[in-house]
Amino acid sequence: MRIALAATCLADTLFPGAPRATVRLLERLGHEVVFPAGQACCGQMHVNTGYFDEAVPVIRNHVETFAPVADGEWDAVVVPSGSCTGSVRHQQAMVCRRAGLHDLAAIADAVAARTYELSELLVDVLDVTDVGAWFPHRVTYHPTCHSLRMLHVGDKPLRLLRAVADIDLVELPGADSCCGFGGTFALKNADTSAAMLADKTANVRATEAEVVTAGDMSCLMHIGGGLSRQGTAVRALHLAEVLASTREEPTPLPDSTFTRPVTGAAR
Amino acid sequence: MSTFLGLPGLRRRVDDGAPDPLPEEPFGAVPHPQEPLRWGEAFPAAAKQTLANDQLRRNLGHATQVIRTKRAVVVDEVPDWEALRDAGSAVKQQVMARLPELLTQLEENVVARGGVVHWARDAAEANRIVADIAKAEGADEVVKVKSMATQEIGLNEALAAEGIAAVETDLAELIVQLADDMPSHILVPAIHRNRSEIRDIFLARMGDAPPDLSDVPRELAMAARAHLRRKFLSAKVAVSGANFAVADSGTLAVVESEGNGRMCLTLPSTLVTVMGIEKLVPTFDDLEVFLQLLPRSSTGERMNPYTSLWTGVTPGDGPSSFHLVLLDNGRTDVLADEVGRSALHCIRCSACLNVCPVYERVGGHAYGSVYPGPIGAILTPQLTASSGGVSGHQDPNASLPYASTLCGACYEVCPVKIDIPSILVDLRAREVDADRSRRGVDPWAAAMKAASWVMSDGGRFALAGRAATLASGLGGGDHAVSHAPPPVSAWTRSRDLPVPAGRTFRQWWAGRPPVAPDEPPTGLAEPADVPEAER
Repeated sequence: MRIALAATCLADTLFPGAPRATVRLLERLGHEVVFPAGQACCGQMHVNTGYFDEAVPVIRNHVETFAPVADGEWDAVVVPSGSCTGSVRHQQAMVCRRAGLHDLAAIADAVAARTYELSELLVDVLDVTDVGAWFPHRVTYHPTCHSLRMLHVGDKPLRLLRAVADIDLVELPGADSCCGFGGTFALKNADTSAAMLADKTANVRATEAEVVTAGDMSCLMHIGGGLSRQGTAVRALHLAEVLASTREEPTPLPDSTFTRPVTGAAR
Repeated sequence: MSTFLGLPGLRRRVDDGAPDPLPEEPFGAVPHPQEPLRWGEAFPAAAKQTLANDQLRRNLGHATQVIRTKRAVVVDEVPDWEALRDAGSAVKQQVMARLPELLTQLEENVVARGGVVHWARDAAEANRIVADIAKAEGADEVVKVKSMATQEIGLNEALAAEGIAAVETDLAELIVQLADDMPSHILVPAIHRNRSEIRDIFLARMGDAPPDLSDVPRELAMAARAHLRRKFLSAKVAVSGANFAVADSGTLAVVESEGNGRMCLTLPSTLVTVMGIEKLVPTFDDLEVFLQLLPRSSTGERMNPYTSLWTGVTPGDGPSSFHLVLLDNGRTDVLADEVGRSALHCIRCSACLNVCPVYERVGGHAYGSVYPGPIGAILTPQLTASSGGVSGHQDPNASLPYASTLCGACYEVCPVKIDIPSILVDLRAREVDADRSRRGVDPWAAAMKAASWVMSDGGRFALAGRAATLASGLGGGDHAVSHAPPPVSAWTRSRDLPVPAGRTFRQWWAGRPPVAPDEPPTGLAEPADVPEAER
C-alpha cells in the first residue's frame, strides 16, 4: 500500500520520534510511506478554541495537501493521533461549510473517508494485530478521549500491544478518564486541568510502569509533563514507538520522560 | 430499592482536636443570587475556589462514582439501549420542528379537560402568574415538587417577596433551601453536602427537628418526613415542574423517587405546574421511550418509584383547580439556532454531570447557574444570550463553553444523544466571532491569527519548525522546561514542557535516502550539515 503520513504539527516539531516510528513500522510491514511536504496542521487547535475563520486556511492547506488520496494516488492517509484524526473526520468539512466553502467541504469529506488513526489503519485496513514488535518493558496504556469516544477505536490499540513480544502490559486504573489536557483548556482552565492531571499521573504511577503509551502525543505531552514535574522516571512514548521496536532494532528507553535517545530508533 | 439521596460519606475529620462546632451561619456556600442563571465569577476563577475544597472533591468523587457505576449496570442490561437513544433523539427533534403547533395542541387539550393555561415570556412573568394564583387562593404557604424550571426563575424568592413561603419537599432540595444555599446538581442538588452538615442544617433551621438527631441517613429522612407531612396536610396550593407534557392528550408527568412529589400533586386543592416549553412529547406512546431512558440515566434505576400522570382536573380526585404555566425564558432564542437548539432536547437526567471529569473536580457551584455540568455549559449561555450570554467577556457565562476538555463522556451517556462537545465548540466560535467587532487587542486572538498564518503553509511551518530547533538546547539533560513566562506559565505551574527536538520530523525525512527509484523523497531540501544527533 502507498500510505501518506500526516505527521501532525506537534509531533513534527516536538516529538519527531512518533512519526519516525510510524514510518519505520509501516515500512517494516511492507508498505510505502509518503510524506507530502505541503502539510502543516489539521486545524484542530483553532477549531476547538473557536477560531473558525483562522482555521479555514489551515484546513484548506491540509485538505489540498492530502486531496490526492481521494484520486487514488495514495491508498490511505495515516495520522498518529486520535484527536487530529477526529478533527479531520468530524470538524474540517463542518468548518468549511460554515464558511460557505462547499466545494472544499466535499473534498475534505473525501479525504476524511480515507484518513485513519494508526491503530485503525493497522487493524481495520491492513488487517494486522501482531506487527512483530518486541518491547521488553512494563507499559501502561492511556486510551485518549478522542480515540475512544470520537473515533471509537475500542480495544484495537490494546490488541496491538498485547501481541508485542515480552511486553509487560499493565492496566491503567481509571483509564478512560480524561487527563485534563483539552488543548487550550490546559491554559484557560489551568487549575481544573491540573486537578485532572494529578489523578491521571497518580494512576500511571500506581501501575509502576516504565512507559506510559497512547495514540496521541498531545495527551502524552500533558501526562508526561506532569510525570516529569513530579520527578518520576516514567517515559511517555507513542504507541508507534512501542510497535516499531524489534529485537534487531529496539526502541531504547529514554533517560527521563522527555529525553530523546541520541542513537537507536532514529535510523 | 435504595434511592440515592445525595448523602455522601461521613465527613472525615482532619485533626483530632475538639469536635467541630456548628458551622457559622449562613450554611450556604452560595446565598441565593439575583439571577439563578448567572452568578459569581467566571468559570476559571470560580473553579479555582471550589477546587481548593478537598472535602467537596472527595464527596463529589465518591458520589459521582456511585451513580456512574449504577447507571452503567442498568444501561448495559438493556439490549436496545442505542435504539432507545435514537428514538428519544428523534422524538425531541420532531418536537422542536413542530413546537408552535404542539404547544397549541397541548393548550387545547389541557383547557378541554378543565385546566387553565398561562404563557410566560420570562421569569418575571412566570413568577407573577404563580404569585397571583397563590394569592387568589388565599395561600401564604405553597408546597413544591422538585423542579428545575422554578429554580431557573427564582420562584421561591419571588413568592417570598409577596409574603408567600414556598416549601421544597424533595429531601435534597429541602436541605438546600434550609441552608439558604444553591443547588449544585440537577438531580441531587445537595450532592455537595455530607451527612453531618445535613444534621447541622436540620437542627438549626428545620424548627421541628428532634434535638437528639444523629447523622444516620434514615434518621435524617425520618425527620424530614415528619416535617414535610405537616406541610402536605396544611397546604392549599402546590407548585410543580413537569418532566413531560403530552400534546395529544394534555397529560402532564412528574417522575420522582420519594413520593413527596405525589403528595403535592394530589393533596392540595390547587396545583400550578411551571413547565419549559421544550418539555413536550407529541403523543402518549412517546412516553414509553422516555420512561425507559430517564430513570436508568438519572438515578441508575430500572424504574423510578413514582411516576405521576394527570390530565386536567378530575372532580373528587386530586386538585380541583389546575394551572399550567408555559415558560419561554430564552428558549425560543435557543430554538432559533441550528446547532445549539438540540440543547433543548435535554430531559434533565444529569447523566452528563455524573460522568464529567470537570464537574467531578469542581462541583456545580463553579458553573454559576442552576444548570451546572456539561449540559449547563451549553444551556446556560444560550438561555442568557439575549442578556449578555455568549456575547461578551464581561459576562461570566461567556466562559462556560470553555469549561470542558471536549472529552466526549457527556455525549456518550446522553439518553437523547445531545452532541454536547460539538455545541461547546460552536458556542466558542460564536463567542470569538462576537468579540471580533470589539476594540482592543486580545492576546488570544493575535496568537491564533499568527498561528493560522504559520500553520496554513508547509513551507512556513517548516521554517518555524527549524527556528524552533534552535531552542532544543534549553531544558538541560531531561529536555524539559519548568518555568516559562505567561501565558505558558499556566502550563508550567504544574507540568514541564518538552523542548523542541534537535531535528524536526520533516528535516529527518528530507535527509533519508530515496525509498523507491521512481519516488524521490518529498519534503524540504536540507542543507548537508544537518547534525546527526537526534536529541
